[in-house]
Amino acid sequence: MKTLPIVSNVTCPVCGSLCDDIELVVEKNIITKVKNACGVGESKFLGYSTHRPLKPLIRKKGELVEVSLIEAVKKSAEILANSTYPILYGWSNTNCEAIRVGVELAEEVGGVIDNTSTVCHGPSVLSIQDVGFPTCTLGQVRHRADLVFYWGSNPWSAHPRHIERYTNFTDGRFRSSTWNRYLSSLGAYRAKQRMQRASKLAGEIGQATVPESTAPEKISHLPPALLQKQRKMIVVDVRRTRTADIADYFLQVAPNKDYELLQAFRALIRDEELDVDAVAGVPIEILEELVDVMVSSEFGVLFFGVGLTMSAGKLRNIDAALSLTRDLNQFTKFLIMPMRGHYNVTGANIVSTWQTGYPYAVDFSRGYPRYNPGETSVTDILSRGESDAALIVASDPVAHFPKVAAENLVKNPLIVVDPETSATSLMADVVFPSAIAGVEVEGTAYRMDMVPLPLKKVVKPPKGILSDHQILLRILREVRRLKKRQKEA
Amino acid sequence: MPRLKVSVLTGRTIRQGQGKEYGKLSERYWKSVAICEIDPEDMKYLGVKENENVKIIADYGSVVVRAVKSLRAPHRSVVFVPYGPWASMIVNPETHGTGMPSFKGITATIETASNEQVLSLKELLKQHFRKE
Repeated sequence: MKTLPIVSNVTCPVCGSLCDDIELVVEKNIITKVKNACGVGESKFLGYSTHRPLKPLIRKKGELVEVSLIEAVKKSAEILANSTYPILYGWSNTNCEAIRVGVELAEEVGGVIDNTSTVCHGPSVLSIQDVGFPTCTLGQVRHRADLVFYWGSNPWSAHPRHIERYTNFTDGRFRSSTWNRYLSSLGAYRAKQRMQRASKLAGEIGQATVPESTAPEKISHLPPALLQKQRKMIVVDVRRTRTADIADYFLQVAPNKDYELLQAFRALIRDEELDVDAVAGVPIEILEELVDVMVSSEFGVLFFGVGLTMSAGKLRNIDAALSLTRDLNQFTKFLIMPMRGHYNVTGANIVSTWQTGYPYAVDFSRGYPRYNPGETSVTDILSRGESDAALIVASDPVAHFPKVAAENLVKNPLIVVDPETSATSLMADVVFPSAIAGVEVEGTAYRMDMVPLPLKKVVKPPKGILSDHQILLRILREVRRLKKRQKEA
Repeated sequence: MPRLKVSVLTGRTIRQGQGKEYGKLSERYWKSVAICEIDPEDMKYLGVKENENVKIIADYGSVVVRAVKSLRAPHRSVVFVPYGPWASMIVNPETHGTGMPSFKGITATIETASNEQVLSLKELLKQHFRKE
């Protein structure tokens, strides 16, 4: 029997969970089967070759036309060398090796280098610098955590295997998976629904109805699972998400009121009395019981998503979440971790920090690195219309920035390095199709807990397609050559 | 024509993730992103049926998307639009000095738009970011 060529232990280049147990079947340089990946990972491994340009493009008379790599490199270098305040943005969907060259290029052209954390966990970074960061690796969570919070985060959609690999649905050394408990609760829920439907039907045709329960009311407001010693999951969000459906308890917070809720928890932990009936739409009695659950846990962890960083309060919400975690450590072990979105956004922060001293929004216009988010962050620069050129690597800001920022981005010369066609590449003046990191190029990426993992080269890139790293090196060399010539003249 | 004042949340969905990885020019991406999840009671109030078009009007722009019945109701007056070029049309660019625009809790009004089309990605770019 013919055995299929399987590549195992592949790291998935999609989200910050960076699952490294993917198995791929590769036949004739094509990935034909994906095992262990989530729906998004599978789409990436199987669909990466669709909608993909295979030649560099330059805009001529309003149309993007195919050109040679040398011409595209020359044009890009001219744009960057002749600009006074270029922005170099993206970086979270490529490897650390490419990001390092990006920082060097930003310094060379006196531009601003910023990564996508500016529109995801930038406020978290600012807050971590202010308050501190009691955190750990995901391995610790997997083996030890008995209370897991997901706050303003929907891993079922954004990090689909996070729960299965690192938290409640995994068997750790000291904690068991709660998968079976979830299945039985699902069974009970469906049985209840069937009973309700039968009861309704019986009522409609005038037959016997199911008598109402005469059981005494429960004293606790929380489900019994939260009061047991086993693993528990609590979801806090402004709307019921799919993650909320699988949690042991869902706490619905009023929109833009997370800060109040977090501070209420902090006050209750210190045994202070609150002179209100409810905070952020949640009755005080429930908050008091939840505080008991937190304090009596042995190892708690709070994963927070962009629900906290993007809503009112922004970095101040994270201040409160970090402070709550710190306060809880007076009673038990409690840790916190941001749910990083793109697979190497953490790597972008780390490379930027060890190269410049700052994690994002680094401005080289004065010849040395300066960091002042709000002023040097790309969204603000673009909204104010200050930049005069842009290099976008592995990102799609035209699709994801506010309209005014995207308008100012496309107004000026725009260079895009991206394997696939995107809204930004359709608006670009120079487009470099590149090889896909983690599929066609190896390298390093950092998981959301700051653990570096190797990316694998699983298939060869199409002929003539270089990696982001190689393209950036060529642009950098050409910029240096041009600048030297300008100096000599 | 009934109008409803809503708070717009933008965010990820697994279909949006799959669609973007499959290809941003694909119909799959368009179908997963150019939508608005609305509470069924709000849909009744607006007189909108599943898959009919609605217009979301915010202070910073407006966009026409397809109405989808929310599976996680009730959440009256709160609608959800997945991340993408359509959602970005109405995002508040104010960063409050942090670099982070306000992607969640955007105040807007919503109304039926049966006479207007949901633009494709290329049409949307042409209309808003024409490049000569």
